Amino acid sequence: MYAYDEIDQTLVNERVTEFRDQVRRRLSGELTEDEFKPLRLMNGVYLQLHAYMFRVAIPYGTLSSAQLRKLAHVARKYDRGYGHFTTRQNIQFNWIALKDLPDALADLAEVGIHAMQTSGNCTRNVTADQWAGVAPGEVEDPRVWAEILRQHTALHPEFSFLPRKFKFAITAADHDRAAIKVHDIGLKLIRNEQGETGFEVLVGGGLGRSPFIAKTIKPFVAGRDILSYVEAILRVYNQYGRRDNIYKARIKILVHELGIEKFAAEVEQTWRQIAEGPLTLDDEMIEDIRARFVYPAYERLSDDPAELRAAADPKFEAWRSNSVAPHRQPGYAIVTLSLKPVGGPPGDATADQMDAIADLADRYSFGEIRVGHEQNLALPHVAQRDLPALWSALDALGVATPNVNLVSDIIACPGLDYCSLANARSIPIAQELTRRFSNHETAKLIGRLHVNISGCINACGHHHVGHIGILGVEKNDQEVYQITIGGRADEHARLGELIGPAVPYAEVPDVIEDIVEAYLALRDKPEELFVDTVKRLGVQPFKERVYATR
Amino acid sequence: MPLVKHGAIVADDYVAVADDADLPAGGAVLVSAARLFAEAETLAMRNTPVGVAWPNNRDVAGLVPWLDQLSLIALVFPTFKDGRAHSQGRRLREIYGYRGELRATGQVLRDQFTFLLRNGFDAFAVTKESDAQAFGEATHRYTEFYQPTGDGHLSALQLRKQRHKAVAT
Ligand code: HEM
Ligand code: SF4
Repeated sequence: MYAYDEIDQTLVNERVTEFRDQVRRRLSGELTEDEFKPLRLMNGVYLQLHAYMFRVAIPYGTLSSAQLRKLAHVARKYDRGYGHFTTRQNIQFNWIALKDLPDALADLAEVGIHAMQTSGNCTRNVTADQWAGVAPGEVEDPRVWAEILRQHTALHPEFSFLPRKFKFAITAADHDRAAIKVHDIGLKLIRNEQGETGFEVLVGGGLGRSPFIAKTIKPFVAGRDILSYVEAILRVYNQYGRRDNIYKARIKILVHELGIEKFAAEVEQTWRQIAEGPLTLDDEMIEDIRARFVYPAYERLSDDPAELRAAADPKFEAWRSNSVAPHRQPGYAIVTLSLKPVGGPPGDATADQMDAIADLADRYSFGEIRVGHEQNLALPHVAQRDLPALWSALDALGVATPNVNLVSDIIACPGLDYCSLANARSIPIAQELTRRFSNHETAKLIGRLHVNISGCINACGHHHVGHIGILGVEKNDQEVYQITIGGRADEHARLGELIGPAVPYAEVPDVIEDIVEAYLALRDKPEELFVDTVKRLGVQPFKERVYATR
Repeated sequence: MPLVKHGAIVADDYVAVADDADLPAGGAVLVSAARLFAEAETLAMRNTPVGVAWPNNRDVAGLVPWLDQLSLIALVFPTFKDGRAHSQGRRLREIYGYRGELRATGQVLRDQFTFLLRNGFDAFAVTKESDAQAFGEATHRYTEFYQPTGDGHLSALQLRKQRHKAVAT
């Protein structure tokens, strides 16, 4: 956990005061909606289908139990008693009144959380691997760097009015859980031959109506230079990014139109003007941030304790084999809490669940909780001997569905149920699919399979990079869905390929079942993942299976 | 449109001269980039302050040969969402060392004042009277800053380092 000092806290408090004034001016009519819009967006406030939506940042997905309790409090006091965790490590509240927003923000500020830059055409909340700092095999904890970037990009004077939103993601592991290749800037923490830490910098990834996989702009940028280097990228983008057409305004289009070499040369030239300047980090500055990451005082334990061997409940075992991952510290584990119960909207948690999870985090995970882009939570430091007790508690809360990474661990945007931009429903499709695939044995047989659903072309549900992607579109006033397969968001990121004409709402679950059945028949061995079968065979056999009878 | 300079509402000394209008006999003038380039010698001979209105889609590096002669550069925010001039301002100040007046024009609202100050602007042609009057209040709202810019404020990282040093000695 990063502990705020008085500088961080003062800034957050000052932001609340500023926003309170902005809301006051809006309510009094001093600010027009047009003027207010970019200001409220920079503070995570959208005007949605039914009400204002409020998006709170969870930088790099790390929460303390006190912070989670405060989110529960906001859900209960100002909203309808629940929140929705998103693919960008934020939480959204869907029913909040404008007049209450300053108070909600002030409450959150008490525990050092804010909504700065969760929306708008600015540098957005920095996301990271949700297992950062605990996953085995990391170069180092990437959150130290994510925090340095968070600070640098918060209320950035030059980059708060960019052509379009701008998202960073960072990982330090070989297996990419942060989807860095579909972000505007993706950073992979590495160590070079001299043993120096730095970053492979990727740029120009993104989804939406024109999806792109990010390209490497520089294979190694030393840690000390990372701020000046990303500053150079942003400066070039701010000046040359398109502003004539919002659909072409993202950096991915600039990179695509110029070509990565030309873009890189432009960045290099701009970087030379500022490298070695005040943005250069030194060891003291980095250490100062690192020192404020407080790590648990782990006990000396060994893996596989007797308590685990004694627990023979098959339900526990199913959950354990699905939701518990190895930890860098012997005797500990990382536990994923599925927010994808059968029949539930993906990513939702009630205030009561949040409070209870905060209590469990205090009891079993040194008071720490993580939020992943798959819309699940995790407890990052659980002693293995506590797993049976923790499981019982989680099961009672409804967050122990053993479906993490399985076909019913669906990522979905809010779609027509909440979103004013939607063309189609997402949540009910996700709910129906979780029912169809509720049999754990079948799901396990199918293996890792990511289904992603978006209610429109904006791709908030990351459908392009779902192993199976479902995109709602509108045709003759009907909700129909385009299906893509073979996408993935990890270190081998790829965009999915369309299997054929869009299908009507009512047929989507059957189509997905057909695709899964085709895979089971086509895979060359049980270990071959769905995506790998698609890669080997292409879309044709799946297409035949789906459209033969339609 | 009120002009705020050094924190106070002041009269604008500059007369904006259209490209096809005659230059006034004396006094400070604000001309377009095209006119600056076309009539450089005439402008230099006037011995009165010359300012240029520089479009936000043109590289400010093009102004470098003229910086010594310019007492005002007016950058444009056609809407306040179009933030290109923020980068132009920083480059003029921090890369090219421009020291004259740097004026924000166009849709300039109180909510950008702090950002603009941090980017090196020192004059603001403000859209709304009420915003101009609130200048002081709006620009004193923040006391802590995360980024180092040329405005002299220490960034949080620099400040913490300084405090550590103070504690250590
Ligand atoms: C309900 C209100 C929401 C609105 C109005 C909204 C709006 C948008 C828009 C307009 C885009 C396209 C931007 C572009 O490509 O330039 C977008 C993209 C995106 N949104 Fe949302 N969104 C909403 C909710 C969500 C939710 C709930 C999530 C997560 C579950 C989310 C995550 C994302 C992501 C990951 C992208 C992809 C951006 C990219 O990589 O290019 N959004 N959203
Ligand atoms: S993908 Fe479309 S429908 Fe879904 S949340 Fe984003 S904007 Fe709304």
